[in-house]
Order: sequence, then C-alpha cells, then structure tokens
Amino acid sequence: MESDYVIIGGGVVGLSVAWGLLRRGRSVTVIDGDDGSFRASRGNFGLVWVQSKGMKQPQYARWSQTSAAMWADFAAELGDNTGHTVPLEQKGGYDLHFSEETLHATIDTYETLKTQLDGNYPYDVLGHNALRKEEPHIGPKVVGAILHHQDGHANPLKLLMALATDVRKMGGQVLTGQTVVDVAKPDTFRVTCKDGLTLCADKVVLSAGLGAMQLGPRMGFKAPIRPQRGQVLITEKLPKLINRPSLIARQVDEGGIQIGATNEEVGMDDRVTQPAVSALAGEAIAAYPALARAQLVRSWGALRVLSPDGLPIYQESADMPGAYLVTCHSGITLAAAHARLLPDWLERADIAPNLEVFSENRFDFS
Amino acid sequence: MKTASTFRELTREPRVEVTLDGEKLCLPDGANLAAALLVAGVTTFRKTPVSDTPRGPFCMMGTCFDCLVEIDGVARQACMLNVRAGLAIIRLPDAQVPNAET
Amino acid sequence: MQKPDLVIVGAGPAGMAAANQAAELGLKVCILDEQSNPGGQIYRDVDRVAPIRGDALGADYTYGTRLTDKLHHANIVHMSGATVWAIEKGFCVSYTQNGRGAQIIADHILLATGALERPMPIPGWTLPGVMTAGAGQILLKQSGVVAQNAVLVGSGPLLYLIACQMLRAGSAPKALIETQTGADTRAALRHLPRALQGWPYLVKGLKMLAAIRRAGVPRYQGTASVSITGTDHVEAVHFMHKGRTKSISCDTVFMHHGVVPNTQAARSLGIAHHWHNAQQAFVPKLDEWGHSDFAGVFIAGDSAGIGGAKTAEAYGKLTALKIAEMTGRLTVGERDRKASPIQRSLSHELAARPFLDTAYPPFNAALTPSDNTLICRCEEVTAGDIRRYTKLGCTGPNQAKAFGRAGMGPCQGRYCGLTVTTLIAKETGQSPDTTGYYRIRPPLKPVTLGEIAAMDITTDESPQ
Repeated sequence: MESDYVIIGGGVVGLSVAWGLLRRGRSVTVIDGDDGSFRASRGNFGLVWVQSKGMKQPQYARWSQTSAAMWADFAAELGDNTGHTVPLEQKGGYDLHFSEETLHATIDTYETLKTQLDGNYPYDVLGHNALRKEEPHIGPKVVGAILHHQDGHANPLKLLMALATDVRKMGGQVLTGQTVVDVAKPDTFRVTCKDGLTLCADKVVLSAGLGAMQLGPRMGFKAPIRPQRGQVLITEKLPKLINRPSLIARQVDEGGIQIGATNEEVGMDDRVTQPAVSALAGEAIAAYPALARAQLVRSWGALRVLSPDGLPIYQESADMPGAYLVTCHSGITLAAAHARLLPDWLERADIAPNLEVFSENRFDFS
Repeated sequence: MKTASTFRELTREPRVEVTLDGEKLCLPDGANLAAALLVAGVTTFRKTPVSDTPRGPFCMMGTCFDCLVEIDGVARQACMLNVRAGLAIIRLPDAQVPNAET
Repeated sequence: MQKPDLVIVGAGPAGMAAANQAAELGLKVCILDEQSNPGGQIYRDVDRVAPIRGDALGADYTYGTRLTDKLHHANIVHMSGATVWAIEKGFCVSYTQNGRGAQIIADHILLATGALERPMPIPGWTLPGVMTAGAGQILLKQSGVVAQNAVLVGSGPLLYLIACQMLRAGSAPKALIETQTGADTRAALRHLPRALQGWPYLVKGLKMLAAIRRAGVPRYQGTASVSITGTDHVEAVHFMHKGRTKSISCDTVFMHHGVVPNTQAARSLGIAHHWHNAQQAFVPKLDEWGHSDFAGVFIAGDSAGIGGAKTAEAYGKLTALKIAEMTGRLTVGERDRKASPIQRSLSHELAARPFLDTAYPPFNAALTPSDNTLICRCEEVTAGDIRRYTKLGCTGPNQAKAFGRAGMGPCQGRYCGLTVTTLIAKETGQSPDTTGYYRIRPPLKPVTLGEIAAMDITTDESPQ
C-alpha cells in the first residue's frame, strides 16, 4: 500500500493532522492501535485551554490562543461533514483559588505574560462575591478566580469520533489493531507492522503518543517524552450546576461533572487509586459543596504525553528527512491548529507557521 | 395518592406515611422501597436523563440502577432501601440541584 | 476488628460456605455484603422470610437458613449493607456502609459476587413493568409481592420455577412465551445420559412442567420476533409462534434467558477471563481451588462460572480449604482429604448442566439485537450504534464506549457489556476473547463524592 503520508497513531493528534492533509488532497494512511492501547484521546479532560500555558514560552501561549480561536470553525466543519456535532463552549474558564496568596501570585505571572503577548491576554479577576454571581454553587472556601475569556471546553470523545468519521469519508485509510515495529527509508519510507504488513509513503508522521518513546529514537528523534498519570472522576448526570469549566471541575454536555486531575509520575501505570480519588473528590467538594451528594459513576487513570518542559514537539528527523515527530500534551486544545496549520508546515508551504521553538533543539543544552 | 396496582401483597403489613414528590403515600413499614412503591401502584420511578423516558425497577438486586429515586438530595436505588416513616421520595429528574451538605 | 485472614465479598451460598469452612479451621473472616441480610439472591432474606413464606417458596429456598445459621461464628464478622467500591492490591478493600466510607485490609480475598441475569435486549425491554425473572423472584421472596397479569418470556428452568412459585402464591402467570426450539431440545438429548446422574434436578423440572400444565398456563415454545410495547408502561408482548403473529396483553413481563457471572470486581483487578461458549459469557481463569492469576484473589460461586447454589457452596468450601492450607492451618494432605467428598459431590451437581445449557440456550435475537434495539439501558445506545462504531474502526468495547457511551452509565456496563462484545465480535469476525471486555474501574458501584472525600486520610480505623 502506498500513500503520500503514513501517520503512526490514530488518536486526536494523528487524526487531526490526517484530516488537514486529506483536505489538501494528500493521500493518507493512518495506523492505529487496538482496544487496549494507552489512549490519551480517550482519557483527557476535554478543555480547550489557554490560561497558564506558556508562562515561560510566550510562543506556546500564542500557539494555544491561535488554536483556541480556530476551534469553533473547525468543530463546525467537522459537524457539517459528519452530521454529528462536536459540542464546544468557549465562554471563558476559571482558575479557582483557595487562598489570596496563590491568586495574587498567579495574577503577577499573568501580567508578565500579558505584556509579552502585546496585551492579548483577556482575563478578569473575580473576588468571591463576583464569582458567586457567575457560579451560584461555588463554595465559601473559594476566595476568587481568574476568569480567562479565551478558555473553554469541548467533548473530546465526540471530536475523536468526528475525526475518525471524516478522515474515512475523505478517503483516508485507517488501519486498526496494528503495532508499528519498524520504520526504514531505503528510498521511500517503509513502515512495517507487527503482522508483517508494510506500508510505503513519501512522508511519515509519528504521532503515536507514548508509543513515540520507543519508535522515536529509531527514526532519529530524541523523543524525550514520559508518561504522567492523571486520574479523573465523573459523576451521574446532574441539572446545571457549573457554568464555566476550571481545572478542578467542569460540567460536560451530557450533564455529568468531570473532576480532575492528578499529576503522578508512576510510569506506564494507568490505574485508579483510592487516595487520589478521595483527594480529587475533596477538592471538588471544596469548590462546589453540592457535589458532596453527587454519585461518582466512573473514574479512570490516563497517561499524559509530556515533554521535559511540557510544550509540544514538532520536529523533522535529521536522519530520515520527511519523517516528523508531532507530540504534545494538549491534543484537544491544539487539535484545530494541528488540523489547519500543521499541514502547511509538513508540506513546507510559504505560509507555514514558524515552529522552531517547538523543535527538539531546545533539549540540546539540558 | 391512590392507584390501582398490578402487584399484590401476600400479607398486609402495617403502614407508615411517606411522601412521593410531596404527595402522601402509605407504605408497609420496613418493606423494600421498590417493592412497596410497585404495590402502591407507582410504575414510573424516574425519567431518564438521556431521553426523558420512564423507567421502573428492572433487576431488584441493585445492579441495573433503573429504580433510582432521590432521597435527601442523593440518587439512591429504591430496591436497596427500606421504607421508614417520613421518607421523602422525589422522582428524578429533580430540576433542583441538591443542597450543599452543611 | 483485627486484620482478617480473609475478606469475602458477597454473602450468597459461595461466600457463606467459604466463611463457615474457613472460620471452623481457625481463620478470621470478614464478609462484606450489600444486602441488609445474608443469603445472596438465591436465599435472599431467608432468615426473615422462611418462617413466613417458606411453603410457597419451597424447600430449595428455605435450605438457605442452614448456611445463614453458621454465620454466627466467633471467627466471622458479617458486615451487611456494605457496598464495596474499590479493591486494590494489598488487598485494600474500600467500601461504604451507612453512608460512611471505610477500608479493610487482608492478604486473601474471595470474590463471591454471584450472577446477573443475562441481558435480554429486545424491543421494549426498558419499559416500566418489564423486569427480569430474577426480579420477580426477589419480589416474591423478600417482599411477598406477586405480579398479577404477568407474562414470562425467554428460556430456562428459572422461568418454570417462578411460574410455579407464582401459582403457589395464587397468581398464575398469563402465559409462558418460550424462545427455545424443538431443535434445541433434540440437541440436548445427547447430554441426557450424563444429566441423569443429576436426576433430582430433572425430576424437579418435570414436576414444575406438570404443575404449569395442570394450572392451564399456556406455553408457546420456539417463539421468535419477541417484542414488548406500551406507552409509559408495558401493555403487550408480541411474538411469532408457528408462523403466526400473536399478541398477549399484560401488565408485567418477567424475562430470562440464563444468568451470567458477575465479573465486575474480578475485572477491576485485571484478572484474566476467557469466553465460555456454552454459557455465552466470560468466566475468570481459575485453578481447581478457585485461585485466580492474581495471587491471593479467589473466586467462587456463580461469579466463577454458572453452576447454581449447591455448586457455589461446594466451591466456596474448596476455596476455604485452599486458603487454610496456604496459611498453615491445614497440611496439603488434610486439605485434600477434606476436599475429596466435596469434589465428588460437584460432579453430581454439574451433571445436568450441559443438558440444560443446550436445551435452554440464550435467545439468539437478544444476543445480536436488531439495529433499533437499545442495548445500553443507561446511556440509551442501540445495537445499530455499536455496529456503526465498528465500521469506524472500533475493534473492542472500550473504543465503542468512547464513541457512544455504552457502558458509561451507573450500571457500569453490567447490562450491556456482553452484548457489546458479541456485536463487535460478530461484525469484525474476531472471537469474543480477542474482542475483549470493558476495562472495569472503581467505583464498582456508584458512591457519593462526600463518602469518598471523607476517606481522604489514611485511616487504620477499624469498622465497628
């Protein structure tokens, strides 16, 4: 089988890139894993988020802002093409604070970033009373919040399904239940799967999440990524209780309250643990006391795909020109940019975004 | 509140007063709540959050969650509860968010 | 309470028998059970009910008191109304009781979580008034409540049992709409010689059928295209019988086509399972003592594979003997000596199984339902949705769950999991084993955030 691109990894990142390439008329084959694969696309929190990102690298803040700004249009196009809407709400999001100190410290860092972004960092600081007007169920322990107007949230599973649908509709080949064991470039690329299947392509995108830890170095990448566990809870479906999302909790379009998330360095272990579940539940109740009576229906652990500085990596291989590593932690937020802008970079178009700050060069001196 | 029931009790037990959506109802003291409501002629225990269609008890052993009712602000399985005097049963969906625990 | 040697989840026949056997051998045992009284579903509430309604329910039910009586042993702590929501390695068992979360730690754990009715997704099965046959029995046993104007649908001995119990309670079912066919009966005949070793079961079956006939309850066998209709409540059952469409109006439908192991707790620990073709269900992989591939975790009773109450009791005892040997209470020789009569009784108990499994197979139309039929009751996902997700590349239930939410509701996939696996396997041509099952996570049953948050300190505070 031969195509312009082989994309290794059929999660939100890989499918977003595939979708963008197909829209440009490229032929694309996506290689996807099986039902039990680690899938950040299935386990993530669903935020389309800007605030707190890129505090040390304004370019990352800009990249996130760019993607967030393109999201509505991207979701609408997917909805039109597939007939299934991708729920998205972008009316701002909160960083909730339980102490004046942390609130003010955060405001200071936001002000610095705001200057670096030429003032494009629209946020308001809400004291407890102002917040209570917006969120009647907020608890007394929350002293205030930063309301960032570029934040929002989506239904990440509907996004995944819409991408899976539309990529196929546009003629993309998606091979499921596969594991890539080798990538070689004798002339064109040859991607070999565990069952012996070999695919040929002019270019290869490695967007296999944590799978890039093994495959990346063989393709000439540093791929210095690691798993970080996040445990997430979700309650029964409830009447409207939370208006805007925060990193602590959001009410999903189906009605459940999603509560997140831990940050745990435990390797490839995606289990749920009682101490973490209890701690998450406690924090959510502190923010929204009515949640004490809500039934927890599900919980899960998922593994974040993290680079040393938490930023995405976009890198062409020096050993294998035409092979690209695309990996990030925020696959949902960046989905629109990956679908709309990354193909320009892969195709070396004149209008391609400058992604130099996200190259692997940044890890040279560390 | 009185409705003809299609379920029959083999022996009649002493009644206590409870409320269902605010209306008074007399149920056998200590009985399984789901069974008692069926005998009282209640067929719809709740409406689903997905399509607003009616549901009633299905498994009677705490595994299907179709008999959920709200007690003290918490969604509970009626088939796992016992009747006691003064029980205030609310059928879901309850448009009101349950009050915060004090 | 001091740290027990063994924690048992479930106080049905397997759990009670294991507790008793282990306690007699000197092990400290803690049983966690979510019901307020011991017995499981088969002997539900038997201590309270046997004296009142024992006659209507029969001797097989009142037998349960022999097991519940033995729970009053100094080495046994029976915690009722305790819902286990997480089991982690260690073993650390998190549960809630009376609205409070707590934990208990033990080196050995026995999952005796019993069976569930096999999901029977047919059109209309979510209407109020449609219940499982097991539910009908529980209503009778625990509450002395009997349905009038009820129809029984499906296949299997449990349908006959509940029909007879209803007869004795003075409310004959309106009809039995049976899905097993003449071909099923003929295929079962080759298992008859072995089944005769378990002749008491066959005699009971024949007696039940005779009672149903005497009462004049119509039986429609080999029925197809069964559906249930009603607006806000069941009004009628429709089916094909001998080439003709028939409808029977009714107020209650009790449905049943077998029971399947309740594997949620075992799955949550990642214990290996395999597909049991005759039972059309997943069963955990166990050794002869019920020991799983997760060292220290044992499974007995119907949750280990459907065998019925007496089989469950026997396996519960065997498990206890093995744990007693592992903890030094018995030598291997002593263990085997005690085990041997129990193992012999098992072959009699299981003799009729292949005959019954073949004579009363699951209703095929409910294993792979029509596209419009709801298969996930909680999230209201149809069989057609699952087929569509398969075409979108879902190779297993977890991807299908992500796409369409099947299995995400409060029942956590208990009543859709096997259907989803079967549908995907059929569509992809994969085996059920390759297709797999939902990844089960805590909470094993929904629990309030308040109860969970209250456990946000590592307590060695013991229950009671």
